[in-house]
Amino acid sequence: MNDIKERLVNGLIKENPTFVLMLGMCPTLAVTTSAMNGLGMGLTTMVVLALSNAFISLLRNIIPGKVRIPAFIVIIASFVTIVELLLEGFIPTLYSALGIYIPLIVVNCIILGRAESYASKNPVIASLFDGIGMGLGFSFALTCIGAVRELIGAGTLFGMHIMPESYIPCSIFIMAPGAFFVLAALTAIQNKVKLIGERKGKDMSKIQSGCGSDCLNCSDAGCTRRLYDEKAQDKKTRLIKGEGEKDHA
Amino acid sequence: MSDLMKVSSNPHIRSKSATGSIMLAVVTALLPAAGFGIYNFGTDALILILVTVLSTVLTEYIFEKILGKKVTIGDYSAVVTGLLLALNLPASAPWWIGMVGGIFAILVVKMLFGGLGQNFMNPALGARCFLLISFTSIMTNFDCDAYTGATPLAALKSGEAVNIFDMVVGKTAGTIGETSMVAIVIGACFLILTGVIDLRIPGSYIVSFVIFLTLFGGRGFDYAYISAHLAGGGLMLGAFFMATDYVTRPITVKGQYVFGILLGILTGIFRIFGPSAEGVSYAIIIGNLLVPLIEKATLPTAFGKGGARA
Repeated sequence: MNDIKERLVNGLIKENPTFVLMLGMCPTLAVTTSAMNGLGMGLTTMVVLALSNAFISLLRNIIPGKVRIPAFIVIIASFVTIVELLLEGFIPTLYSALGIYIPLIVVNCIILGRAESYASKNPVIASLFDGIGMGLGFSFALTCIGAVRELIGAGTLFGMHIMPESYIPCSIFIMAPGAFFVLAALTAIQNKVKLIGERKGKDMSKIQSGCGSDCLNCSDAGCTRRLYDEKAQDKKTRLIKGEGEKDHA
Repeated sequence: MSDLMKVSSNPHIRSKSATGSIMLAVVTALLPAAGFGIYNFGTDALILILVTVLSTVLTEYIFEKILGKKVTIGDYSAVVTGLLLALNLPASAPWWIGMVGGIFAILVVKMLFGGLGQNFMNPALGARCFLLISFTSIMTNFDCDAYTGATPLAALKSGEAVNIFDMVVGKTAGTIGETSMVAIVIGACFLILTGVIDLRIPGSYIVSFVIFLTLFGGRGFDYAYISAHLAGGGLMLGAFFMATDYVTRPITVKGQYVFGILLGILTGIFRIFGPSAEGVSYAIIIGNLLVPLIEKATLPTAFGKGGARA
């Protein structure tokens, strides 16, 4: 139970995929024109993420290491297709609003990243909740960005008029440049909060902003780069020992 | 003898010009255009200019105070930005447009990139394009007490006849500072005579624009058509005051000609083939983005290096 809670908090705050890991920028920037679209995209991704994480974790001992990426993509693509057809059938407005970005969930790096760095090495329940936690973090971030953009760019929030009648919407915020402005501003606020926390002496080492690129001393299990580094390190030692030739054969 | 033996480290040639004095010269040079704008459009224009300048200066002051940096409003660069931005706004715009634009110009385009000297595009033009995209209907509404209807460039685009004499003097609709070619050229002459700017960028800009118009304007070398295009819109203001911005123009001499020609071609494309009548601001900020590339391509060879091998 504790493990589940830890996974959820990790996905929502400590390793928030958007504000901390800076993953999945394409849907983040493209579909957050309104809070509703952001929430829809986030939840859709969450469903795919949780299911594919659980499934990959189930099959983690069967999938051969060398073809794991294609195997992961087949599993993810199956779930994306299911979700896409469900959306088209039951929520056609959201389906048309998200457009091409639904099939593109297949190549969303958050999903592939979690499959590679977590689900392929951990038991089913933990992987499922890792997916849900990450998905919630993604939904939270996308809804925040969408809400700010919608409020400034259209004067509404979830389609309801919030701003006074005389407010003239600043429409650049619901266009592409606005996504960059809002994402940068929210990430800056998140960094500032982290800095204030550090000054107060709290342990903030787990809350990263992006990556310190210090892979050797990185204790972050979710960092995919570290995994590749270990692999490369392993290969290097094997090569030195003269065992690497098998790989090239 | 001892005088001759005086030893000092370089630089040995010193100039009295500093950022402050250059910026003050630009402000002085912009005064005729601003003054004509106020005469032409009335107190609305004066209020808009004051609000915009005040907001740029205050934004810079508050930003630097909050971040504990050296306050640099004494170099007048924020005043230049505010004044240029105000001259690029229609007189009918409400005061808060100037304020939003001023804050955006200084905060986002200038200070977030590291302050004066680090900004990658002209802050005034960046803010103008921001406003143009955000508040299109306000920014393209040139109706005011004195004039109604289209700007001369828009009229020209839809094939109507325009009065070139009015355009040169400046008694037409448009943004506050762009209408009067005479006032802008007076200011530009002052800058050229005091050595603040030279004719490389404005000259190559205007000449290449005229050549582009002759080739693709569809009227050949039509004297009236070309002079209307030169006098109308923001071409003069852009060529003399914004393309020549020290921070966002190329440093190399060859690069400055390339930059000017590029701006001329881009402006021509936007004005003739684009959907809107005006294109100077977009041309200049796109040019600004290409400046690092232009500088890299036109880097002069150091003395003694390279050259033809015998």
